Amino acid sequence: MWQYVSGVISLGLIYVIATVGLAVFTGFTGLFSLGHAAFFAIGAYTAAILTYFYGFNFYVALALGGCAGGLVGFLIGYPTLKAKLRTDYFAIATLGFGEAIRVLLENLPITQGARGLPGIRGETNLPVLLVCTTLVIWMAWNLIHSRHGRACIAIREDFVAAEMMGVNIFIGRLRSLVFSAFCAGLAGGLFAHYFCFIQPSMFTSYMSTQMTAAVVAGGMGSISGPVIATLIFIGIPEALRVANIWRLVAYGLMLVLIMVFRPQGLMGYQELSLGLVKSWYRRLWKGGRA
Amino acid sequence: MFVQTLLTGLAIGGIYALMAVGYSLVFSILNFSNFAYGSIIMLGAYISYFAMMKLGLPLGAALALSILGAAALCYLNERLAYSPLRKRHASSLFFMISAMGTAIFLENLVYAIVGAHFYAFPEVFTKRNLSFHGVSIGVLDVFAITFSFAAIYALHYFLQKSRTGIAIRAASYDIQVCSLNGVNDKHLIGLVFCLAGGLAGISGTFLGMKYIVYPTMGWITNKAYIAAVIGGLGSLPGAVVGGILLGVTETFVSAYVSSVVRDVFSFSLLVILLMVMPTGLFGRFLEEKV
Repeated sequence: MWQYVSGVISLGLIYVIATVGLAVFTGFTGLFSLGHAAFFAIGAYTAAILTYFYGFNFYVALALGGCAGGLVGFLIGYPTLKAKLRTDYFAIATLGFGEAIRVLLENLPITQGARGLPGIRGETNLPVLLVCTTLVIWMAWNLIHSRHGRACIAIREDFVAAEMMGVNIFIGRLRSLVFSAFCAGLAGGLFAHYFCFIQPSMFTSYMSTQMTAAVVAGGMGSISGPVIATLIFIGIPEALRVANIWRLVAYGLMLVLIMVFRPQGLMGYQELSLGLVKSWYRRLWKGGRA
Repeated sequence: MFVQTLLTGLAIGGIYALMAVGYSLVFSILNFSNFAYGSIIMLGAYISYFAMMKLGLPLGAALALSILGAAALCYLNERLAYSPLRKRHASSLFFMISAMGTAIFLENLVYAIVGAHFYAFPEVFTKRNLSFHGVSIGVLDVFAITFSFAAIYALHYFLQKSRTGIAIRAASYDIQVCSLNGVNDKHLIGLVFCLAGGLAGISGTFLGMKYIVYPTMGWITNKAYIAAVIGGLGSLPGAVVGGILLGVTETFVSAYVSSVVRDVFSFSLLVILLMVMPTGLFGRFLEEKV
């Protein structure tokens, strides 16, 4: 039983790492990425190839996988963000990018094509995941509460005004993108060494969608919201294994319902904190008079 | 070989163009990427498939049914998922998330209800090719090209000559001023979605006949998005040119280079073009409003 629970938690934490990265990007710069699974896949393949073919140390491979994700994020972000694409154009560019990476993975000799890489060393365990998650959340938290984070929030709220105030939109967005791609790559490396098997068809646009859904449902502009949303997204379907097919139907419906009824998401712009819990508690008991 | 490739490219480009026009039409009025359009096209294909197989209708009737059905779905999609956002004057980001949610919802609903089976259309057109001086083209392709361009031309005529068409063009410049001048913008937007849905029915039917009907056949609409962006979002001539350009160049790449790099190529084409011309070939210069 504990093995099952820890399995669910591990999977949840892997996605939390990737989603926190995406939350920093989408939630704080207002740009939409529909291709984050590609960064995830790049991290997974880099780390797996390093440990599988070259016998690298697991932790070194993880770090390099994250860096590979970040590097590709930089390479794709530099031209697209430099051109100051509209949100829609950027989303479509990342969508195409995600598909292109998957096609490449299916056809490169080193990735063994669609057959995938079996027999990767299973080195990801719960302690490693907990350390990585804490580290990533801590980094994201510091990034958002830094000068850079404030600049990003300004960009999201009104980028014309932000630019007038001297915020460099390009640098702000690029830095967020590289960070989120790094997180996705790290999560990919953990994923590969958790399941011990990867193949290109695991990293479809559904994975990108699921991450984006978690960020939106959790609240754009919050870190704790997406984290909670991811854990719910992973936990509930695992608990209700029967409804496997209907899970994605529910995701879609939920995205629309959230947009229609509660566009700020679960947490809105707030973070889960002691004060917030206290105020909920007061509201619950005093019937909204607090 | 050259002429042959060109013809094949035109056949594919015609379908891309048809899809891109429907997509661009919605964009020109509401200024957001309707990602749900791919699933509407997919449902259009299912409608005409079931009309022909289960109801035994001839192609013409099935096509008409698919046009009506897809138009109704597109209209419903607008009413349920977008118009509440419009009332709130939400930013285009929220529209996009809502559209994405609709796409995931519809696609997986089909998975859950109809299943992941592949359906092939009954043979309406003979598999025979028309040959002319060593160049051959399928009867279906000829029909698809002719019908696609006829539909696009009919739409163009409608937009140029009719009173409603003029209102639609006015709304694409500025919907607020347009409604101040006495155009009922609610009806107008509904009509635009119906028109786009009708085009989705046509392109879905042809896509299904050319390839095969399955829940994720909407992937091919990614190409339509790319085509619309290449042509400049919101510009109908741009969508046609972008669609044909993409179809022809893709076919040339798969014929002369390799079919593997085709998707990678169309994505790189998009990014390079956006770097040089951030608004696409025919796009108006649209700064995003905050």
